[in-house]
Amino acid sequence: MQSLHETENVFIKNGVMVVEKMDIIVCVKHVPDTAEAEVTIDPSGRDIKKEGLPFDINEWDNYAIEEALLLKEKHGGKVTVITVGPEEYNETLRKCLAKGADEAIRLYDESFKGSDGYTTAKILYSAIKNMKFDLILTGAMAGDDGYAQVGVTLAEMLGIPHASLVKKVEVKDGWVKVNRELEGGLEEVAEVKLPAVLAIQTGINEPRYVSIAGIRRAAKKEIKVLGLAELGLSKEEVGELGSPTRLERLFIPEVTKKVEFLTGDPSEVASKLANVLKEKGVL
Amino acid sequence: MVEVLVLAEHRKGELRDITFEMLTGARKICDKIGADLTVALLGFNVKEFAKELADYAKQVLIVEDERIKEFNSEAYQKILAKIIGERKPLLVMIGHTAIGMDLAPSLATSLNIPLTTDCIGLDFKDGKLYAIRQIYSGKVNAEITFKDAETYMVTIRSGAFQPEKPEPPMGGGIINIPSPLTDEDFAVKKFVEYVEEAKGEIDISAADIVVSVGRGIKDAKNIPLVEEFAKAVGGVLACSRPIVDKGWLPKDRQVGISGKTVKPKLYIAVGISGAFQHLAGIKGSGVIIAVNKDPKAPIFRVADYGIVDDLFKVIPVLKDKILELKGK
Ligand SMILES: Cc1cc2nc3c(=O)[nH]c(=O)nc-3n(C[C@H](O)[C@H](O)[C@H](O)COP(=O)(O)OP(=O)(O)OC[C@H]3O[C@@H](n4cnc5c(N)ncnc54)[C@H](O)[C@@H]3O)c2cc1C
Repeated sequence: MQSLHETENVFIKNGVMVVEKMDIIVCVKHVPDTAEAEVTIDPSGRDIKKEGLPFDINEWDNYAIEEALLLKEKHGGKVTVITVGPEEYNETLRKCLAKGADEAIRLYDESFKGSDGYTTAKILYSAIKNMKFDLILTGAMAGDDGYAQVGVTLAEMLGIPHASLVKKVEVKDGWVKVNRELEGGLEEVAEVKLPAVLAIQTGINEPRYVSIAGIRRAAKKEIKVLGLAELGLSKEEVGELGSPTRLERLFIPEVTKKVEFLTGDPSEVASKLANVLKEKGVL
Repeated sequence: MVEVLVLAEHRKGELRDITFEMLTGARKICDKIGADLTVALLGFNVKEFAKELADYAKQVLIVEDERIKEFNSEAYQKILAKIIGERKPLLVMIGHTAIGMDLAPSLATSLNIPLTTDCIGLDFKDGKLYAIRQIYSGKVNAEITFKDAETYMVTIRSGAFQPEKPEPPMGGGIINIPSPLTDEDFAVKKFVEYVEEAKGEIDISAADIVVSVGRGIKDAKNIPLVEEFAKAVGGVLACSRPIVDKGWLPKDRQVGISGKTVKPKLYIAVGISGAFQHLAGIKGSGVIIAVNKDPKAPIFRVADYGIVDDLFKVIPVLKDKILELKGK
């Protein structure tokens, strides 16, 4: 055993030498769940009212953190979660720490407000460019604004390759073999050289739940917060000022097709439905 | 001349629908602002496609290289960066698809072009570009504007524009551009192969009646509730994506853009919100009925009949009623 040293990319697990220890960064977002909620536009006309909405880790990111933890369990290494957002976002970072992430970083300044997908990637870039990593995982998109843009933009800024809509990850010899989801049930297998950014698609794994022990462990961990100056950014480069696109206004979409609601108690509704089905000749 | 440039999408020997949808959307913009419509076609042995595309555009730029028989974002980015850099189109349109999501953000970043994604509408007003996108589970639309730039880029949602062939055909010229690619361009990302999903016993795409269950079902143990209802109406059970992601039903039951397209006479959606990726799979359906406790769920924008209630209350009653009628 004496001859085996733990070097950067070699470590020992159960007496077996395992290569390719991986340092993984996972970009996560804290988002409101609006699937079942009443959505109303706030007085600014440029955002929705967020009070009372349930917030959680973005669905896609939940699969991304799981994939990072699975890779760490297999290859060894460290998982760092990073987010751009105000203090409430700590909740999502803590959840990731509780699941098994090693470190958490939150990037925030008031001037970040109004940042578009490009600028969010730029803020992440300004922190990540100084970090050591082998792989970066992001969600393929965020459930709130749905840009599906940050991961691939970040890769370009870092000058490293990427793959989006990733449904399978296998690391080997400095490369990662991925399955990318295409349309209509088709997938493509591709090989990407590390370091790389992978934007993860839902269904790639089964995200674990948070354990009580995990929550306790996470509560003790420090969340590092970096602001504008620490990131070497200026106010002009971030937020609305620094963003190439701007959300001008929100509006509730017009309804073009008129649905006929079947109303009443369940048995009345059932009779009405039965009539419709008979009329249409489907029953 | 002001130019709008559309990237043609093709896979496995077929031009994809999104190409014609974008060309139709682009043509309307070109008519409005007096721009030329150009389509870029990248691939190998794609001259036949070029002829087809010539009906839809003023010019077809074609770049052929054996190494891009299949899409590769690195190679596409190099070619398109060169084309865009030289031609400086006012607007570049790419599909918000598995191809576009892997390409547009890095391409735009490399060229310092403002990009917005997943657009369902576009307009130029007083020389300014406005893009419409859907956010927050499809419940609100957002209008996006751009910082002044020489070139703008957008990705377009599938189904946002209805494809129409121009009458008369535009008879566009075909311009061959030599491939700028070298082996170096494939040093960090390689296409390996396609894998097709395994076929199951039931083909939901051939069924006349489809009952789909969504995340509203809350737990795997509740699925039989909808399954029995499906049986009662004589339909097959299908589902939205989260049900497959969680492993509650096999992938061949998934309806939508990354699953199956169904064209039944009757489609019943139970506890499904109606995300566009789901709706893309039910466009050809006859009668659509939705059961959802949220009256604002986007599924009601496409449904013919709606039942706003808790599915756990209403589905058992619906099932019994239908069985009763059938018994008679
Ligand atoms: C690249 C890509 C491809 C995708 N492909 C597909 C695809 O092929 N197919 C697909 O379906 N999705 C696809 N998606 C996912 C899609 O964006 C949505 O996330 C998904 O369709 C949502 O599924 P859902 O409607 O079941 O769940 P949700 O959006 O969570 O909706 C659940 C609904 O159930 C209702 N509900 C809850 N409880 C009850 C109750 N007790 N009674 C009645 N109603 C209730 C809620 O009001 C809500 O409307 C894709 C996404 C991406 C990014």
